[in-house]
Amino acid sequence: MIKFIIKGLVRDRSRSLFPILMVSAGVFLTVFLYCFMHGVMGDLISSTAKFDTGHVKIMTQAYKELADQIPNDLAFIGSNDLLDWLRNNEKEMLWTRRIRFGGLLDVPDKNGETIAQGPAMGLGIDFFNSDSPEKDLLNIEKSIVRGHYPKQTNEILISDEFAKKLDINIGGTVTLIGSTMHGAMAIHNFKVAGTVYFGMVAMDRGAIIADIGDVQFALDMPDGASEIVGYSKDMLYSNDPMMKLAQRFNKEFTRKEDEFSPIMLTLSQQNNMGEYLIYAGAMGSLIVGVFILAMSIVLWNSGLMNGLRRYGEIGVRLAIGESKGNLYRWTIFESMIIGIAGSVLGTALGLGVSFYFQYTGIDFSGIMSKSSMLLSNVIRAQVTPASYFIGFFPGVFASVIGTMFAGIGIYKRQTAQLFKELET
Amino acid sequence: MKKTIIILLLITRCGFAQAEELSGKSILEKVDKNYLAENRKVTSTMIVKGRRSTRTMQAQSWVQGTDKAFTEYLSPPREKGTKMLKLGDELWIYSPSTDRTIKIAGHMLRRSMMGSDISYEDYMEDPNLSKIYNVDLIGEENINERDCYVLELSAKEEGLSYHSRKMWVDKERYLPLKEERFAKSGKLLKKYVINKVFKVQERWYPKRAVFKDALSSGKGTESIIESIEFNVEIPDHIFSKASLRK
Repeated sequence: MIKFIIKGLVRDRSRSLFPILMVSAGVFLTVFLYCFMHGVMGDLISSTAKFDTGHVKIMTQAYKELADQIPNDLAFIGSNDLLDWLRNNEKEMLWTRRIRFGGLLDVPDKNGETIAQGPAMGLGIDFFNSDSPEKDLLNIEKSIVRGHYPKQTNEILISDEFAKKLDINIGGTVTLIGSTMHGAMAIHNFKVAGTVYFGMVAMDRGAIIADIGDVQFALDMPDGASEIVGYSKDMLYSNDPMMKLAQRFNKEFTRKEDEFSPIMLTLSQQNNMGEYLIYAGAMGSLIVGVFILAMSIVLWNSGLMNGLRRYGEIGVRLAIGESKGNLYRWTIFESMIIGIAGSVLGTALGLGVSFYFQYTGIDFSGIMSKSSMLLSNVIRAQVTPASYFIGFFPGVFASVIGTMFAGIGIYKRQTAQLFKELET
Repeated sequence: MKKTIIILLLITRCGFAQAEELSGKSILEKVDKNYLAENRKVTSTMIVKGRRSTRTMQAQSWVQGTDKAFTEYLSPPREKGTKMLKLGDELWIYSPSTDRTIKIAGHMLRRSMMGSDISYEDYMEDPNLSKIYNVDLIGEENINERDCYVLELSAKEEGLSYHSRKMWVDKERYLPLKEERFAKSGKLLKKYVINKVFKVQERWYPKRAVFKDALSSGKGTESIIESIEFNVEIPDHIFSKASLRK
């Protein structure tokens, strides 16, 4: 019987092509919107991940307890070995190490006397190693306002606003006055290679980025690092795999009795990001839910219209003796097949386009006045496991329900009236 | 009659002497007098026992009165050549690797000096404590088998590094064998304990002492005086900013 129905649908395109196209268009929009919403939400999370939390972050247990205070006296010693281990054993992730630091940025005159000074927050990253993902991760080159990407040691990038405030020129020397890992005063000269736009007030007010090797030297932290951060290669955060990775790592390395043993935290375990993820998920679901509801009404209406369009055909079939029940079930079955076919087609199309925008993204840099490190110019879609079935609700159920409502009319028709209706 | 007057005078004199001995102020003045000199040259070692590691630094200092001090670090290699100059209430630090002279002011004075438990404020402090603190003698205790006066010091004016102090002063040598320094809230900020003393030119001086910053997680900083000379000739140019870059 199924074969017979399918054959009927295939041969009578007026019964199949348009309804399937309608359903697949609705499902496509639902799937794509869902993936796009996830991508946009993910992008907001991504800016936090890029600068702060990573998808996972490794610190010493002692550092973790006071992380807000940037306690570099409790940071890693021997971070290179751990980084190598991670790169060799957790290859599906990108790994990099960083040093966070604070201090005063002091601008000297020709005689070495201070002419300007301001508080600075600093980030030591790997500028030069080819294994380092930082250059792309932080969108550094596109964020440069003046000057160039550091080419040699002791060259730094400084926020453009901060540079203007301190009247620092490209190529000029600035002195960092901070604290070494041992709490002593650190005084180190840097050369300004370029200025950047961070896109966040706090950082634009006074942030610098230096090579981690120079920062290690300046802060007397040989082979030290405040943290090692890891990112999934597609740059999309998924909580479950990251939680599993963290559990695996902590089982291997974290020792309760050693406060300097490393501990891995996922993004959701830092800075109340877990709550934000729940909030973002709820907001995303709400928006997508409203869209699905609207889409369902459209497809339901389409099912309804489809039923009404075949008013004449149903009348003939009733007139030649087909039972009302059989006819009702037949139309529902037909709409179910149309719904499934349209949903499969729409989901495939939606996933295809979403995957495309997941990897290429939509580049807004042309319409933005300037690029920033924190907010990406490229907005991407994100395909999640739910993307594979999210379209089936409006696709199958709404059109079937629409047909079911329209089909009620079958039972209301009087056989005695049929020929009269058909004559007109 | 003459005899009676002499006896009375002697009794009165003894009474006054005892009262003077028991006055907290006079004890603190003797502590100050023991420490203060016209000038001195000191070679010292500082062992900073951090939470994870221990660092040893050697320095040479020239001090003139209470207003001028110059310190040059001799080791380790990273710190070698770092110099500090105190002139009145101003402090400069010179970093040889950057060839920069930085004035330490404001909140930076509260920071640890070379990662130790001693702050720049401690380095800058007027050693004449009797001038800046009111003092009460609150008792007597025995510290390391030495009889001590227990003094309680409270700041005469606002803005001092420590609002109050408790000091255990050796009755015989007038050295504070133990000291606790407090914030205005009463919170303990620093502890100072002398473990070994030595006599130099009729003065008793701490040979080995430990500073402990109660707010830091380290294990304290031990200060060892390797050599000390009082009333030596110190050329004037030492106490100038130009000498920092030499």
